[in-house]
Amino acid sequence: MALLQTLLLRVITTAVTLLGVAVIVFFVIRVVPGNPIAMMLPPGATAEDIANLTARYGLDKSIPEQFFIWGGGVLRGDFGTSITLKQPVLALVLGRLPATLELSVLALGMAILIGGAAALTGTRLRETRVEGGIDIAQGMALSVPDFLWGLVLILVFGVLVPVFQISGRVTPSLELPFVTDFYLVESVLRLRFDLTLDLLSHMLLPALALAIPLAAIIGQLLKQSLKETMHLDYVTLARTQGYSEAKVIWSQALPNAILPTLTLVGVQFTFLIGGTVIIERLFSYEGLGNMAIDAVINRDLPLIQGIVILFAVIFTGVNLLVDLTYAALNPRLRHG
Amino acid sequence: MSFLEVRNLSARVKGGGPLLRDVFLTVEVGEVRGLVGESGAGKSMIGKAILGILPKAVEITGGQIVLDGTDLLTLPPAVRRMKVGATCALIPQDPLTALNPSRRIGAQITDRLVDILGWTRQRAEERALALLGEVQITNPARVLRQYPHELSGGMRQRILIASAFAAEPKLIVADEPTTALDVTVQKQILKLIAALQARHGTALLFVTHDLGVVSKVCQNLSVLYAGKVVEDSAVADFFRAPKHPYSAALLAATPKYTDPFAGLQPVPEAVIAAVRAEVEHG
Repeated sequence: MALLQTLLLRVITTAVTLLGVAVIVFFVIRVVPGNPIAMMLPPGATAEDIANLTARYGLDKSIPEQFFIWGGGVLRGDFGTSITLKQPVLALVLGRLPATLELSVLALGMAILIGGAAALTGTRLRETRVEGGIDIAQGMALSVPDFLWGLVLILVFGVLVPVFQISGRVTPSLELPFVTDFYLVESVLRLRFDLTLDLLSHMLLPALALAIPLAAIIGQLLKQSLKETMHLDYVTLARTQGYSEAKVIWSQALPNAILPTLTLVGVQFTFLIGGTVIIERLFSYEGLGNMAIDAVINRDLPLIQGIVILFAVIFTGVNLLVDLTYAALNPRLRHG
Repeated sequence: MSFLEVRNLSARVKGGGPLLRDVFLTVEVGEVRGLVGESGAGKSMIGKAILGILPKAVEITGGQIVLDGTDLLTLPPAVRRMKVGATCALIPQDPLTALNPSRRIGAQITDRLVDILGWTRQRAEERALALLGEVQITNPARVLRQYPHELSGGMRQRILIASAFAAEPKLIVADEPTTALDVTVQKQILKLIAALQARHGTALLFVTHDLGVVSKVCQNLSVLYAGKVVEDSAVADFFRAPKHPYSAALLAATPKYTDPFAGLQPVPEAVIAAVRAEVEHG
């Protein structure tokens, strides 16, 4: 009952949030300088040409009027047509989404693995040189932004020691048997591991660039929580029962220490998805972020709106998922 | 030979002053020994040293902890851990923090029986059920499925007591097990510990600052001052005629039910100065 109520409340607040995002993005991109029509016409176009084209895209109407026309369409599942690509926005955006999702989830997985391993190792070897080394590495990882890591990785693993691909999502000459846009998932399901390897070789560096700062944040917070937990009485009690230090950390401290980290991962994951915009550009990865930059450069208003709305849906979805996971892991919340 | 012999145990804070000075302490099989002293006298440190859970900042500088004929301090850490885990147990001070908040009660009693002592899951569960009955918890099957936050402090301490007795240890260290509890619950918990101790014949090292508690449950006691044992007596003798002037002053400082308006007698400064000089220089 209480769960149903909470869920209902979440759905309502999510709807309001999305509406707010829609309003803000719609008005802001129309208020800032730049005009999609001017981008489309050759330099010698007459005023009449401009007026005709403006009217064709409905841009001659008042902004509130445009908003209601667009909003009505959105409620029916019609996000309009891209001005530059001349295709329905929804299909374009959904076609690119899987590439970005695969990249961000891979990056998240890498961040959790690296950060978690660093935190567990640092806790096991706390107050030794190893912990100091981990702290220094994390400080460095944190103080360099993801796109700079991208450049460093391109330089090291793409140019100096060219072991990984640094451009695109997949080698263009390969035959792709895929029916969905989730290439990585589908290549595994079809047991085409040659394609999986090629995809991973393209994704590894951008994913790592996104993962490094997040791994450092996860590592820092989780280690701090773990170390605090290690002083608690139930951990001491487990030690007297014959459990080894590693086992105590893993099975007694971790389940409790992980809760604050989990919340943080949710918030940071949305930042990571935001980071894909620049990283995808850097690695010419054909995802949503790359499309977003093209859309902004070309002032493709419907496409920008569609992409921003989709990002907002992902962000709220991730937050909801985090809250649900938190409740599932923390028995005190489940009963409360 | 005694089941536990702590011989000339000394410890200090790393780079700091001494915490324990040549502590000598024995616990016979089935004996209940009280370990009393003021706050900071080092009584909990002795219990922690035996169980191998001293804080990292504390180092042992000398002496032996002989458990069942083996000096624990000479064993490799893994061997020591298994030996202590199999033969000793701890009843902790604060039942509110000594249970893992994210795990069910049942798992917290049975896990180590299975993981460390190699019992079958079924045997461990039956044992947990029987023990909860023994510590007078009604509806034990339900409690085993509950989480710590659903239970009161007294209930949680009963569970921790049950858990301490679960593997039939030879020695239990009870570290001020009633201090964190409500006065009305304290008495029940004391009775319970005494009853279980008598039934299972477990040796008990009862760390407390409460002489009243000692008189109820212990046979012998050691009085600790500033990290040194200043008196080692049978409880009956101690209350009749304490050997050490500090013990006598400590006893005089305890409020009496028979004469509630007598006022408290603080330990005289001359006695403190004398015992301090004795501990530090002798």
